[in-house]
Amino acid sequence: MNIIVCIKQVPNTTDVKIDPVKNTLIREGVESIINPFDTYAIEEAVRLKERFTGKVTVVTMGPPQAENALKEAISLGCDEGILVSDRKFAGSDTWATSYTLACAIKKIGAFDIILCGKQASDGDTAQVGPGISTHLDVPQVTYVKKIEEIKDNLARVERMTEEGYDIVETPIPCLFTVVKEINTPRLPSLKGMMRAKSAKIIQWTAADINADPKNIGLDGSPTRVVKIFTPAPRKGGEILKGDTADVAKQVGTLLKDIII
Amino acid sequence: MDDSKIKIITEKCTGCTLCVRICPFGAIKVENKKAIIDLSKCNLCGACVDSCKFTAIVLDKGSVAKKDLSAYKDVWVFCEQKKGVIQTISFELLGEGKKLADKLGGKLCAVLLGENIESKVDEVAWRGADKVYLVDDARLKNYQDDSYTKVLVELVKEYKPEVILCGATVMGRSLISRVAITIDAGLTADCTGLDIDPKERLLLQTRPAFGGNIMATIITPNHRPQMSTVRHKVMKEPELDKSHKAEVIKKKYNDNILSSRTKIIDIVEEIEETINLSEADIIVSGGRGLGSPENFSQIKELAKVLGAAVGASRATVDAGWIPYSHQVGQTGKTVCPKLYIACGISGQIQHLIGMQSSKVILAINKDPDAPIFKVATYGIVGDIFEVIPALTKEFKKILKK
Repeated sequence: MNIIVCIKQVPNTTDVKIDPVKNTLIREGVESIINPFDTYAIEEAVRLKERFTGKVTVVTMGPPQAENALKEAISLGCDEGILVSDRKFAGSDTWATSYTLACAIKKIGAFDIILCGKQASDGDTAQVGPGISTHLDVPQVTYVKKIEEIKDNLARVERMTEEGYDIVETPIPCLFTVVKEINTPRLPSLKGMMRAKSAKIIQWTAADINADPKNIGLDGSPTRVVKIFTPAPRKGGEILKGDTADVAKQVGTLLKDIII
Repeated sequence: MDDSKIKIITEKCTGCTLCVRICPFGAIKVENKKAIIDLSKCNLCGACVDSCKFTAIVLDKGSVAKKDLSAYKDVWVFCEQKKGVIQTISFELLGEGKKLADKLGGKLCAVLLGENIESKVDEVAWRGADKVYLVDDARLKNYQDDSYTKVLVELVKEYKPEVILCGATVMGRSLISRVAITIDAGLTADCTGLDIDPKERLLLQTRPAFGGNIMATIITPNHRPQMSTVRHKVMKEPELDKSHKAEVIKKKYNDNILSSRTKIIDIVEEIEETINLSEADIIVSGGRGLGSPENFSQIKELAKVLGAAVGASRATVDAGWIPYSHQVGQTGKTVCPKLYIACGISGQIQHLIGMQSSKVILAINKDPDAPIFKVATYGIVGDIFEVIPALTKEFKKILKK
């Protein structure tokens, strides 16, 4: 089974701090990590490989330092890492990003399943996974929390919904975006880390993946950011004082209008 | 050859570092009193261009010839239905859509797909829809990515809306991303503010990024429709006007459009005694401070009195005290209820990301230095096992239960 995992390198949220004086984001020294949702996609891909044999190719679009994320994925059991990197990709929105990743996947060749995290923790759009499947014209199931079975070129999966879940059957090849509930990612093995260290990451530019210049980077992005600002941080309010009964009364008075 | 789209005009740069501070990507530094942009980090967002007082930064945003977009008019709301019930998010969007339609001088239109849903037309009309595009077919009974995408694409191609709003729900996010790619339109996720630039007829879409640490305003200058998703509870439901009538446009499509490659085998509902977290007006959440899974019963009782949903911190979900569907935070759900009661939750950044846009936050924790108090509207420093029962009693009294 040929499995492709799309990942993104993101800043580690716990490290993102706000400068209290200037009220701006402090990015210096912020560690980069694999998007938390993508770690479940990586784990699921490796599990599928263990179940059905095959190959896991992990691909990312990003700056040269995103190579580290691919190496980490290899240490977790992926076989091959591809970094799609070109200054021409700068300014890509989700349209251009999903187009670029779709071009890279076409170059990789035949696949059975593409796995993505349900969204990235820095952008939170959840648009790139469905975007890739649309560009490639393959069926998708989003918010997958369990891959029940795969046989005769059909996959049966559970899609998490607001009320519970749907059981969905889809032909293969297809794309899944996965949620946290699908698995518990393993830690890298010593062998994996050794492999990652010596692994050669494949590097592709816009030209390598035959991307149409009209469709990549800022030119390929229908949306434009016109303003970026830092919202006033939420201020801590009032600590209620008094014994428990007294505090409960105060809360009752303060929240009366909301709860009735 | 320097082909980068962003440039520093070194003659004008004074090395003042204003741009360094504004850059959300940490891509600018000042060396020898001149700003330098690290192009591998730069996302061409243009925040620095606006910040520079010396016009020393120029950004070529691509001067594509302006297309004629005048054929596109009206504001559409994709109305989500499950089991024939229109979801409240759609009503909230109709309320917001009406304001946008008025500013654009267009009509507010609802798109309704499903089986036997003609009876629902009044519900959207009463909430402001002037026109309803109705596609009633057994194959649209349940949401399917393929059929819903193809139908919506056909409707957009034929009737050319200027703006489409859709809920940032499981269904909405899956559907609208596919539509945007297919029709080559711009899409902005999870908008918290929408407005119109009347001169350029642009939808100004403001959304949080990096867990709300920064806000971005996004436009779609040269593509139509302009598409946004919005989360639950961000916009207000409009007042009901039962005299308001909508024109109904019924459409039929062939097998080609209505077919789906995926098949729904079963729809399983597993919400316990609780309400859907993202739709809840009040959420009572429990954290590690509860000490054991049994103590969630206290959270549940308080929630029951208030008619609230039960939330949970990641720690309690990972410990197996409560199912994942209750998790609030970065790897769980993002919520913004009218009232969020955090019990025994310390307030790690990953949790705060998921709930800090709640209108009122009440936090109860025994540690006075817990980070949750930094975002709480009201804080109670104390033992949750004393405070929760006292609150439950007090709320019962107020609600006469």
